[in-house]
Amino acid sequence: MKRIKKIIEAFIEGLLTISGGITTIAILLIVVFLFKEGIGLFKSPEIEKGYQLYVNTENKIKDLSVQEIKHIFDSDITNWKELGLKDEEIMIFRFNEIFNLYTEEELGENYELLPEKLAEIIRQHPGIIAYLPQQYAPIEKNGVLGLAVKNISPIGFFGGKEWMPTATPAPLFGVLPLILGTLLVSIVAILIALPLGLGVAIYLSELASERIRKTLKPLIELLAGIPSVVYGFFGLVVIVPLVQKTFNLPIGETALTGSVILAIMALPTIITVSEDAMRNTPRAMREASLALGATQWQSIYKVVIPYAASGISAAVVLGIGRAIGETMAVLMVTGNAAVIPSSLFESVRTIPATIAAELGESPAGGVHYQALFMLACILFIITLAISILAEMMSKSKHNKGL
Amino acid sequence: MKKITIVSIILLAITITNNAQKIKGSDTVLPLVQKEAESYMARFPSARISVTGGGSGVGFSALIAGTTDIAQASRRIKFDEKQKLQKKGHTVKEVIIAYDALTIVVNPKNKVKNLTREQLEGIFTGKIKNWKEVGGDDLKIIPYSRETSSGTYEFFKESVLKHKNYMNGILSMPATGAIVQSISQTKGAIGYIGFAYLNKSVKPIHVSYNSGKTFIAPTIANVKKKTYPIVRPLYLYYSVKSESKVKPFIDYILSSTGQKIVADEGYITIK
Repeated sequence: MKRIKKIIEAFIEGLLTISGGITTIAILLIVVFLFKEGIGLFKSPEIEKGYQLYVNTENKIKDLSVQEIKHIFDSDITNWKELGLKDEEIMIFRFNEIFNLYTEEELGENYELLPEKLAEIIRQHPGIIAYLPQQYAPIEKNGVLGLAVKNISPIGFFGGKEWMPTATPAPLFGVLPLILGTLLVSIVAILIALPLGLGVAIYLSELASERIRKTLKPLIELLAGIPSVVYGFFGLVVIVPLVQKTFNLPIGETALTGSVILAIMALPTIITVSEDAMRNTPRAMREASLALGATQWQSIYKVVIPYAASGISAAVVLGIGRAIGETMAVLMVTGNAAVIPSSLFESVRTIPATIAAELGESPAGGVHYQALFMLACILFIITLAISILAEMMSKSKHNKGL
Repeated sequence: MKKITIVSIILLAITITNNAQKIKGSDTVLPLVQKEAESYMARFPSARISVTGGGSGVGFSALIAGTTDIAQASRRIKFDEKQKLQKKGHTVKEVIIAYDALTIVVNPKNKVKNLTREQLEGIFTGKIKNWKEVGGDDLKIIPYSRETSSGTYEFFKESVLKHKNYMNGILSMPATGAIVQSISQTKGAIGYIGFAYLNKSVKPIHVSYNSGKTFIAPTIANVKKKTYPIVRPLYLYYSVKSESKVKPFIDYILSSTGQKIVADEGYITIK
């Protein structure tokens, strides 16, 4: 009998070790996968894969920045002299236009005449810039020049201010507006939720009668169970018009709207976790405080809160985690405009919302796909930094409290 | 006895999966094809059709990888997608199953009725910023767009913006329903939606593609007369190799019963 018991115990121990190991490996694998896909971005060309820009050699151009390419193809720059070159009107040529100039027969059965025709067009127009697939690249001589393709630079990615992932020919990946948008929405959400949540937690643990506590707490916990898309819908239909009318704004989809929704969503976590921590204060400590002549309020903020500090900071971290990673609700109410926010009353685009909205349609393995993985890496690093910070904070506070 | 049952069940399962047609692609076409598939399966109980979304691009890459029989798309197949299919030895066939008109909508309180394509281009690329520049009140223009990945976004960019990029920081909404909701709440808003989504809470704009000579209202009649300019076909693509397998369903969509579903769903029939 005893031996069987021992065997069972050993078996369970082994099982626990294995499950712990598997979890660790799974987490490590996810992180490695995330970073592997993300880092690949900086090995990818700036211009859509398989394409290149071609100009006439009379055009003494060395290279173009991503911004310049965008301005040219948006017709914001219409003359080469604006880039310090010869005074020549820019002529944009997209690959598909060749099919308007020639019939499929003229281009040969397998398009073998295509490179020649393309070269001919480039030779005829000194001001041309052509966006063509490398597969049918015109031979680079007699007046045809292919511009060298650079890789996406980390500086352009982390310092860029424009997020236009599907712009052709050169997509713009500037994550600054997304990072700032995410931080703004989450920080304001926590600033709203923290005082409110702490207040409710103190009320529930110290002041409320048993009956009120027993009805209120399950209700608050119920809030945590509502799917985020329902919060998003509620936000879009109720809070968006409310914010718009209250502050008399042209649009209601603002950072503030997102923060309010996130605050509501983070409340249940903050309340339950910090309330549990406060209720864990030993009865002896409370009584000692009261016996020394402290009022109830004094013992709350001199004894209970310091004692529960680590629990409260855990609540804050969980709340911030929820706010930063929240996707659906934010996607629906913040308007998703990728601009660097200058106030709370402007539309912002957060990192999770960007990933959710764009990953589905970005071709797997492409540049856009890799850029979204890089965004996920950034999100991961932000949350990691916050939890390390909170860990350090709670440790030092806890020691003081005791 | 038991063994025989199991074997026959497995065999049955294999034959069913073999007969099942897989359709994948554009989310715009998805609701329509789904309805068609339901009605087709109700008519022919032995048929199995599974329809999934993901986007036009996803549909084409599945067709290239051979994991779908039909790709549904709200745009034409791109040149390099066609090349990839040819490399794999497939010749694709294209079928137009319906048309979808994009309607430009504004808030009902906005008094602007007509806009030219050039004005729309200015608005969505951020060069026209106030409604008074196009004959309206002194009010900031707030353009709403679909998310960058949607086929609707690409089509609008191609047809209205003539390949120019949208303004930096345009408000983008994850779904057409959300655009309608936002425009009905925001006085200076403008956006584009599929014809099927038009309702009383937003006002359709008459559009001119000939610099303001004639402004055309987005109505079914105008689309059929081919006078309304912002119309796109909805496609199904399949490899010639699997023609015998997919043809009955495609013929069903093109039949009068199938086209009635097209009209019921708010799209425009091909005839």
